[in-house]
Amino acid sequence: MTDEKIVTSAPDVPVLRTEHLCIQFGGLRAVDDVNLEIKKGELYGLIGPNGAGKTTVFNLLTGVYKPTSGKILLCGKDITGKPPVEINKLGIARTFQNIRLFNNLTVIENVMVGLSNQIPCNMAQSIFRLPRHKASEREMFDRALELLKVFQLDEYKDYLAANLPYGKQRKLEIARAMATNPTLLLLDEPAAGMNPNETQELMDDITFVRREFGMTILLIEHDMRLVSGICENLTVLNFGTELAKGDTATVLSDPSVVKAYLGD
Amino acid sequence: MNRILAFFKKPFVRNYANYLIVGVFTAVFGLLSATGLLKMGTQFLLEQISIAVLLAISLCMVVGFLGELSLGHAGFMCVGAFLGGKLAQALTASMGVAGSNLVVFVFSLLVGGLVAAAFGFMIGLPALRLRGDYLAIVTLAFGEIVRSVVMNLPATLFGGTLGLETPRFSRKYLFIFGFLMVLACLAVTQNLMRSKHGRAIISIKDNEIAARATGIDITKYKLFVFTISSFFAGVAGVLYSYSQSRVQSATFDYNYSIEILVMVVLGGMGSINGSMLAAALITFINVKLQTVLTGNLSVLQNVIYSLILILIVIYRNAPGLKGFREKYNMRTISEKIFKKKQTVAENADTGEEEANND
Repeated sequence: MTDEKIVTSAPDVPVLRTEHLCIQFGGLRAVDDVNLEIKKGELYGLIGPNGAGKTTVFNLLTGVYKPTSGKILLCGKDITGKPPVEINKLGIARTFQNIRLFNNLTVIENVMVGLSNQIPCNMAQSIFRLPRHKASEREMFDRALELLKVFQLDEYKDYLAANLPYGKQRKLEIARAMATNPTLLLLDEPAAGMNPNETQELMDDITFVRREFGMTILLIEHDMRLVSGICENLTVLNFGTELAKGDTATVLSDPSVVKAYLGD
Repeated sequence: MNRILAFFKKPFVRNYANYLIVGVFTAVFGLLSATGLLKMGTQFLLEQISIAVLLAISLCMVVGFLGELSLGHAGFMCVGAFLGGKLAQALTASMGVAGSNLVVFVFSLLVGGLVAAAFGFMIGLPALRLRGDYLAIVTLAFGEIVRSVVMNLPATLFGGTLGLETPRFSRKYLFIFGFLMVLACLAVTQNLMRSKHGRAIISIKDNEIAARATGIDITKYKLFVFTISSFFAGVAGVLYSYSQSRVQSATFDYNYSIEILVMVVLGGMGSINGSMLAAALITFINVKLQTVLTGNLSVLQNVIYSLILILIVIYRNAPGLKGFREKYNMRTISEKIFKKKQTVAENADTGEEEANND
């Protein structure tokens, strides 16, 4: 099986690398020749105007779509065309632009779903209530609670996920993604719809997660304050192609980027 | 009284109260039946209730927890009823044992269940690609196909249109086995749902895309739920064939599937206890109507049955009755009792006089 999680051996191998990534829907090239390279521990930003293909890139990386051509390498290993479940097991976790929580489960149960693959316990063990079941449930609960504490969500642990305030739902989604123990975390517009306070809190959380877990993060964002505040490197997409890439300050002052965002 | 309430308040008892209730119910009626105090009609009613409850719990897994609409549950039951019945008949004949034989009975229960489970697995395969209405159509078609295949096979096999003459098992004890099966089904379903696998199944219902991205193996869980659900439907089928003198494939039409679905929906979609209660209630009404309204009045059976269903649905959904429902539903009533108990317990801690008054 290829379910084994990929871990970086050599530090110089990038965590994520895409080579000439393309996808075509009918006559439309939604993503055209995108080459990303993200090093271990980096916080990388993917920005661009609406409809530039940012989320499509995420869907390609997580296996929702299969690329028309090009390659995706996770820590040097080719994962192109694998199904979403397997890609998650291999070490890519994501959040969604429009929040997708499990609304009929409580906050802590949402995180526990993320931990499912980390702590073994098969169905027979659960149905017949063998000792392994109890031990694994205990361990899942404890680890989920720890994660919730990191995101200051522990006091809401018994709320239904749907009843959380918006900003906390976003955080819970990140906590759930972190629970799958990823090598690379993809955040799709985590600050969308947040007020400035919530955005600031979120920035602190992302910085904390990065430092604490040594997480490599790829981020889609519209909020320029957030992008310029925490991202080191950026790629700007426009109409599916790379418009500019490099370190944040240089890219954001690039006239072509300003033009793409603000028009002539 | 306080002691009884305190007993029900313990988390262990609260979690397993439904086993306890079914267990005590079975034990009481079992004893009554063994001592010959139960009428045949009551025994038949109990058999039908155990079958309906089994069907409702197993369909609840697919519809309530996995969130897939299945309209072919009677089809799986049909598989169990005819295969289990035929097997029992053949075994009884070849072994030359007369009447109720426990080994034959248990063996056909298992085989009927397993074959139905195999069919469930096969229906689970397209279920991985289809969703919602489309899956409902496939399962509906499956039920109808099974029924007409059984009917049109040579009469020597399953009895054709006349139906299959079924084996017998002591009427005194058949419903006890029915309820033992209910307990087994309850244990499997409840233990599964109160584990990480249950959370995974609910996560698939809530948001399949997110479940995939969180590493939940959707294929595995969908197939498993369909398989285990049809296993218990098959077991219910075998029980059914034992409870009737003759099974006809015409019984297992889509109306039957929808009746099971009605039980799950009335029980509150995704509540095991609700499904059980609704199944017992609907079966009770149905069987009672059949025994009370005989002769010329029997045409009224369906009319009254439908009226009662309509009234239940109105009661559960009418906006005008919202206040009444909220005031008098099982949850608020039980909460009231437990809260009362709590304040009494608190009083007992501070001053003993009030507790003594109770």
